[in-house]
Amino acid sequence: MTHGNRRLDIVLILGAVALTLLPWYRIDGGFFGFGWLAGFPLSAEAAPGLVQIALHGQLWLAVAVLLLLVAGAARGMADPMRRGAVLAWAGAIGVVFLSLQGLAVGFTGWTWTISETLFGPLADGQPSMGAGAVLSAVTFVLFFAFGLAERGVMKGDAFVVSAISLLVFLVAVFVFYPIGSMFIGSVQDFDGSFKPDGFVRNMQDASLWSLNCVVGAGRCGVAWRTLWLAIMTGLGSTLLGLAFALVATRTRFPFKKGLRLLTILPIITPPFVIGLALTLLFGRSGVVTQGLSSLFGVEPGRWLYGLTGIWIAQVLSFTPISFLVLIGVVEGVSPSMEEASTTLRADRWRTFRRVSLPLMKPGLANAFLIGFIESMADFGNPLVLGGSNGVLSTEIFFAVVGSQNDPSRAAVLAMVLLFFTLSAFLAQRLWLSGKNFATVTGKGDSGAHIALPRGLSIAVHAVVLPWIAFTLVVYGMILVGGFVKTWGLDNSLTLEHYAKAFSIGFDGGINWTGVAWNSFWTTMKIALISAPLTAAVGLLTAYIIVRQKFTGKNAFEFALMMSFAIPGTVIGVSYIMAFNLPPLEMTGSALILIACFVFRNMPVGVRGGIAAMSQLDKSLDEASLTLRAGSFRTIRKVILPLLRPAITAALVYSFVRAITSISAVIFLVSAEYNMATSYIVGLVENGEYGVAIAYSSMLIVVMLVVITGFQLLVGERRLRRENRVAGLAQSASSQEKTA
Amino acid sequence: MIAKKAGSVVFENVKKTFGAFTAIPDLSLTIEPGTLVTLLGPSGCGKTTTLRMLAGLEHPTAGRILIGGKDVTMLPANERDVSMVFQSYALFPHMSSLDNVAYGLESSGLSRKEAREKAEEGLALVGLAGMGGRLPAELSGGQQQRVAVARALVLEPQVLLLDEPLSNLDARLRRKVRTDIRELQQRLGFTAVYVTHDQDEALAVSDRIIVMKEGVIAQAGAPRELYEAPASSFIADFMGEANVVACEVLGVENGKARVRIAGVEHSVPAGNREKLGAASLAVRPGAVTLSEGRGEGLSGRVLHSAYLGDHVEYEVETDVGTLFIVDHAVDRILPAASDATLGFKTRGIAIIDS
Repeated sequence: MTHGNRRLDIVLILGAVALTLLPWYRIDGGFFGFGWLAGFPLSAEAAPGLVQIALHGQLWLAVAVLLLLVAGAARGMADPMRRGAVLAWAGAIGVVFLSLQGLAVGFTGWTWTISETLFGPLADGQPSMGAGAVLSAVTFVLFFAFGLAERGVMKGDAFVVSAISLLVFLVAVFVFYPIGSMFIGSVQDFDGSFKPDGFVRNMQDASLWSLNCVVGAGRCGVAWRTLWLAIMTGLGSTLLGLAFALVATRTRFPFKKGLRLLTILPIITPPFVIGLALTLLFGRSGVVTQGLSSLFGVEPGRWLYGLTGIWIAQVLSFTPISFLVLIGVVEGVSPSMEEASTTLRADRWRTFRRVSLPLMKPGLANAFLIGFIESMADFGNPLVLGGSNGVLSTEIFFAVVGSQNDPSRAAVLAMVLLFFTLSAFLAQRLWLSGKNFATVTGKGDSGAHIALPRGLSIAVHAVVLPWIAFTLVVYGMILVGGFVKTWGLDNSLTLEHYAKAFSIGFDGGINWTGVAWNSFWTTMKIALISAPLTAAVGLLTAYIIVRQKFTGKNAFEFALMMSFAIPGTVIGVSYIMAFNLPPLEMTGSALILIACFVFRNMPVGVRGGIAAMSQLDKSLDEASLTLRAGSFRTIRKVILPLLRPAITAALVYSFVRAITSISAVIFLVSAEYNMATSYIVGLVENGEYGVAIAYSSMLIVVMLVVITGFQLLVGERRLRRENRVAGLAQSASSQEKTA
Repeated sequence: MIAKKAGSVVFENVKKTFGAFTAIPDLSLTIEPGTLVTLLGPSGCGKTTTLRMLAGLEHPTAGRILIGGKDVTMLPANERDVSMVFQSYALFPHMSSLDNVAYGLESSGLSRKEAREKAEEGLALVGLAGMGGRLPAELSGGQQQRVAVARALVLEPQVLLLDEPLSNLDARLRRKVRTDIRELQQRLGFTAVYVTHDQDEALAVSDRIIVMKEGVIAQAGAPRELYEAPASSFIADFMGEANVVACEVLGVENGKARVRIAGVEHSVPAGNREKLGAASLAVRPGAVTLSEGRGEGLSGRVLHSAYLGDHVEYEVETDVGTLFIVDHAVDRILPAASDATLGFKTRGIAIIDS
């Protein structure tokens, strides 16, 4: 038990530090400002837990001290099973107690009437949790994990149990707690009593569910419109994606490499940029609109501002994603199946219709659902193009920030949106799981895919080529747009917009005089902080999902994956509802942005990690374990070095996503921490299209540079690693032969 | 030098389930220090699960495991005094052989310098002195295997675990490596637990063989005991091929048993059999004599014969079933469909319960 004692000692010390040396409650000026040192340890604001109990009447905190003492006493116990039980219980009770007291005692006293009737009124409330309280909660989670490990859970591996416990704890705090408090908040009155009036009123609102466009005159409710848009976007992007995938794999199209470049476009394009470019083309003062009006006298229309415009923008945005998914599906259809079909006297058309297409069906359904979910979650394009014809995600935004300021309405809309996306997600998981025939088996499968039937080949080219041209024009607009003075009115070239955004002055050192610099540097800073955290949390999760077996693992994986299906707008709304008041107050800080990015972008790390880790033979970990190395050392010395490409990819992707995301961010930014995307949206709302476009293209260029830079680094590493792993794969395959 | 630190192994009523599937219902066994014991059995018999529980890679659902007299049931793999050679070797592909061998030593807290010195010794022990700088991918299969053995041995474990260590080698190398492993084990005197599904390998290296079937020990004993006195037709068939023939034991005297097979009396070795009455006879393919035409003894008809250089394989149909026979008389080959008379030799026959 020497291992057990050392780690327990460290955590016991941490627990003691949390109670004696750190301010228990939130410091208004920020913990890292260290302004609290002046009032430490006696003032009510900066006092640590022990002093709060002794001097400031927060008597209930004594329970935490007591539990820490119990854990300390457990250290001396000889019987590992009993010791483990005591530790686990102390930890579990500690976490539950800290959460309950945080929720129950607000600024002014009890938040719940039930606790007031039980314990009598409180003289004074408490502020939000601070460094001491948070560290204390983490220690209790660790006690719980160590206790379980000593009782032999996860083969006694304390690192793995701790990692799982901490992940569950973090996901609970940053995903399920906000969503839960949004649900509760929608049926609560300001004083915390149950009052579902607002909820019922908003749920029955005609503007949400009306079917007027079908049965009567007028418009349909926003829920139906969003659903309709999502279905159309899913269909459109899937069909286009399939056409692209077929062209890229089954024809002699000369620029296949270039086609694949398309797939990185959505990664580097901030979501509203496509919408912006479309306005420059087809908006009232757009190039095409103006051209048509002067040539044929067509009245400039507003047709772009509405579902049609959003649909075009979304299909443009999501076709590359669907292409990326479907290219794997189309390539995954084993060529020998098609060859078998042709030897059975089927012609190319029959082979495609009866063999290839049915094999791709699950993949197509998957691509459709991805398009559907992306469309539902999309916020940038509807914001730019929606006009008065909003969709759910924008309605949520206006319910919070607009003149309505109706949090209950926002919560209801968010719930409806969440219901749609989660249904699609569940359909994807339950209905499609195990239905994928088109998987690459790893067995050598020689032979080539047969070419498409002639008619179909012409058809897909006829779809793909104009669409590529259209995409190029749209992206061209983005690059050129920043250099044009005023669209439609004065098309002369100018550097004015760039100067306004990115000018630098040189009187007495460098002055970042451009209007964009402030948000630009904030964005870079926050993206740089959150990228490694995202990658770390994501890869750790992947490690646990791939390498560890435990009861509840399926539930764990499911809950994590489900959190990815939550649209950014919903996350944004739930974060401001949850983290605006005690027990956790983070709105307006950089911390809330970082937390948001880490838990929004984790899927990238998880998916990449799962893919990479499944390729590493499990016996490597086991060998390391039997060689006296713990899980942590195994990860550090064996797994991480072999996963380097996956790590870099996760880093780059989460960095870029942090720069481009808008939906959740727009709720969470503050004057002090403004992000590039929300700043650009602000510019668009003020009609400063030129500067907005200039800033957007600058972002795209920065991200391109970052991605290419990393690609070069990773490319080199991958070569070396493949050389090394080749030997491994060889021995694995020869083992299969002899076994 | 690598020190000797042989420990014993005890399983006490160990049970292991995976979900609803019971891999090991109730296993108790003892392994004496300094011996090489083989766990043998068909795939899915629980031998690898047993080994992994010993290593700490799986934990038993119930029961106790002791290594060197110490209860290790709940101890994680990295805190147990055992080390393991993996079927796939599991050499870390990004480390040189020397770093691979030094890995466990460094994990145990040795300084980098000490660990490397000891790792050099370990590599020399398996005949790879001077190859420390190479990556696993730059070594041949046999060399990789030896690095894996060295990596496990330098930790001076109480028990060395070997999980089908030869299955990745070609047939010729296999014989040499198994001799090397046995020689190393006897020279250094460590306890070894060896898992295999190949009975030749088991017979060649073991002090003791434990044959498992469906998570239960079918029979345990010295190699000779298992081969010559199998307790059941499963063991008889698994430890080299055997024909199982129904018989009746009529009498036992002077180590000989009179048995009646299909109405004909024969004399066969009795082993430690005393009970009379219905039984089975496990007959090795080479323990049957074959003569042309009808004569005194069990009569049969040749179904197939195949010439294999130094011997001939026959399938002969008799009243007690079709027998597989290996005959070393290659100058005279009985053609298919000819009549033959069968007799039994004094070796290669065992009476088992039917």
